Amino acid sequence: MKNVSRIIPCYAADTSGVCSALYELSGMTVVHDASGCNSTYATHDEPRWEDKRSDIYISALTEMDAIMGNDEKFINDTVSAAKDRKPLFMTVCGSPMPMMTGVDFDAVAEEIEKRSGIRTFAMHTNGTRSYIEGADEAFAAVVREYARPLEKIKNGVDVLGLTPLDFKLGSDVSIKKWLCENGFETVMTLAMGDTLESVKKAAAAEVSLVVSAAGLSAAKYLKNEYDIPYICGVPTGRAFSRKLADALKNGEKIAYPLSQTPDVLVIGESIQALSIASSLTEELGISANAVCTLPCDEEIRNGAFKADCEEDIEALLSELSPETVIADPFYKYILPEDTRLVALPHFAFSGRCFERDLKDIINTDIGELIK
Amino acid sequence: MNKEKGFDRPPYITIRDADINGIFQGGLEYNPPARGMWNIVHTGMLVPEAHEIFACAQGCLRGVILTAAEMLALDRLSWISVSEQDMFDGTLEQDITDGVDEILSKLKKRPPVVLLYLSCIHLFAGVDFEAILQTLREHNPGIYFVDCYMTPTMRTTVSPVMKMSAQIYGALNPLPPDKKCVAIVGNDRATDEDSELVRIIRQNGFTLFDIAYCKTFDEYLEMAKSSLNISYIPTGVLAGDELEKRFGIRHLHIPASYDFNTIEYNYSLLCQALGVEKPDLSKDISEASSALDDALSVIGDTPVAVDYTAVTRPFELAALLCKHGFNVKYVIADSAGGESEAFEWLKENVPELMIYSPVNVNMLTFPEKPHESILAIGQKAAHYFSSDNFVNIIVNGGYYGFSGIKKLAVLMKKAYLAPKDRKALLRLKGMGCASCLI
Repeated sequence: MKNVSRIIPCYAADTSGVCSALYELSGMTVVHDASGCNSTYATHDEPRWEDKRSDIYISALTEMDAIMGNDEKFINDTVSAAKDRKPLFMTVCGSPMPMMTGVDFDAVAEEIEKRSGIRTFAMHTNGTRSYIEGADEAFAAVVREYARPLEKIKNGVDVLGLTPLDFKLGSDVSIKKWLCENGFETVMTLAMGDTLESVKKAAAAEVSLVVSAAGLSAAKYLKNEYDIPYICGVPTGRAFSRKLADALKNGEKIAYPLSQTPDVLVIGESIQALSIASSLTEELGISANAVCTLPCDEEIRNGAFKADCEEDIEALLSELSPETVIADPFYKYILPEDTRLVALPHFAFSGRCFERDLKDIINTDIGELIK
Repeated sequence: MNKEKGFDRPPYITIRDADINGIFQGGLEYNPPARGMWNIVHTGMLVPEAHEIFACAQGCLRGVILTAAEMLALDRLSWISVSEQDMFDGTLEQDITDGVDEILSKLKKRPPVVLLYLSCIHLFAGVDFEAILQTLREHNPGIYFVDCYMTPTMRTTVSPVMKMSAQIYGALNPLPPDKKCVAIVGNDRATDEDSELVRIIRQNGFTLFDIAYCKTFDEYLEMAKSSLNISYIPTGVLAGDELEKRFGIRHLHIPASYDFNTIEYNYSLLCQALGVEKPDLSKDISEASSALDDALSVIGDTPVAVDYTAVTRPFELAALLCKHGFNVKYVIADSAGGESEAFEWLKENVPELMIYSPVNVNMLTFPEKPHESILAIGQKAAHYFSSDNFVNIIVNGGYYGFSGIKKLAVLMKKAYLAPKDRKALLRLKGMGCASCLI
């Protein structure tokens, strides 16, 4: 069955994606939920929680409030917290129970905004989808709201879709360094190591670099509204990073050289997995491909495999029988017997379990990764 | 409501101004990074050889799966995710029974017992849990299926932790009672062997059962032989009550206390229930007092903060310590249910004692504010007051009675003298469980 897993974990959910995307932007995010969303997010999906404070809360929804449709308490409590915390903006998002009771988050956000005088966004999460979808909606919302027409910055780049769910802490610094080394100026890194002030300058960029599928809607908005082209890819491996830099200069999309009978399969977030697979092919001549286990646009996935549940991933691996799989260590449980696992911990999958082994893959030697 | 310092909802109040029936106004909640408390996954793992299966939305699954993963027990937990579509297409029960059957068919070893957890949305949708269990029992003869609940939305009716503490005995079957067998129920850890409680039971020739001792499912089943079930933490009451209802085993609740008279009274009740003579506890009382005096001689007037995760009766502990001369200045708790006497005593005698909310949004940045050096009892106190000098226990630390007070006093002294690696300790989930983070 598609919705069943004997042993491998599930990915972080949409609510965590919203919280992670907005963590560093000085807003306040409220998940309308009883309890679990916040402790799960804060414990397993947010490596910044212990060292960097962010106004992320739950509404502490009760059975009675759910049954009676007492949205007033949620609104009141959020307005009260806003008075104390004074965020730059607010976001409200849903979990499974509000989905059941049909809470109208657009109306709730409007009411909160009216009473607090603080811009408030509604996110349409329900705890049943992946973090990619939550983060994508959140990134698009802030870019739509805050980006304003500005004079272009020569070689300015917006980096979109950057969260610790997919990238080791510090990856923002590595990306900025790589951009600088290639003659680019970073306009914003949405949203690690950056602030809301940078989002306001987003339209000054000449090109966007989308490093995870969570950045796609924001990129498409900037393309449609400000004619900023976007390139999808993670600068990993020297050759692929060079190719990506060229693509950013030309504003041309990247073609991923993917094999349908690969020796190496990379499992994970689509853009990252595709970039690693391409890097292996370009630099080391290895036939490789990616398995996208999370939602991604067909235009990105072009040629890559898709499987999003334990049964399908296990079947695909069995069918392809690759020599090597590069994936989070928890995929070891469903690998074919003779397949070698190269561990690439993915925080959105295994949380803190392999945090010591998380890798910054930006512009590093791809040969080291496959060793 | 206290409106001091410009907060709309202040995170603190002096006990003088606090109302025991509602210390703080509810509101949005913050989740501090102090992870020692157990959740329903940890508790379920106490059932030997059990396999846990969770059916719920992805967002809820994530926390339980990674709890199991961090405690190196990922192979004891499987899951069925619930989508938006599943909620409304009339297949809710079928999805669960099909999912459980599939999981069981794929497990390398057939478990003797399955703990099946449903979630808030299932209960809200009126799922027929009994029909699900019935079907599963028919499909899988020889496996016990226990209904379990991950229902935080319903926490004001029955807290998930309390319900889980009861459900872990759900696979027991009635056995002829053995008069010389008693059990401690509702705890997440074995009671300290040095406690008078365990001593009285053992020295009078009783066999003591505790789920924490059980290594195999067969050992677990033996617990049904108990002729007296003892509980002493608040979340254990339901376990004792339900076993009394199911098997007619008498339940004795003798709450863990930091009040000498209550402890004495508890032991009177225990001895009466066991039909044994109450021993002379004067030496134990004296040792507890001496240990407190000894700790005080070292700790002096250093401010002390007590939190509700460390002990089940933080106000009672605060009162005990104040009576012994300690400078208890802070309690972190949002209720004082069974402690009205201690609460009133503190109101009268230590009116400036500050109570802090453990979840108020304004506590987010409290650790960064300047603090005097304090001795913290509990992880939340350590976090909020940024103190590396803290007693690292949860739920009384398995201690009980006078020996428990004596041991706590020793821990306080040690904590005062030797700072701990706060960040490393507070991030470990489920204190006492295995952890991949160590």
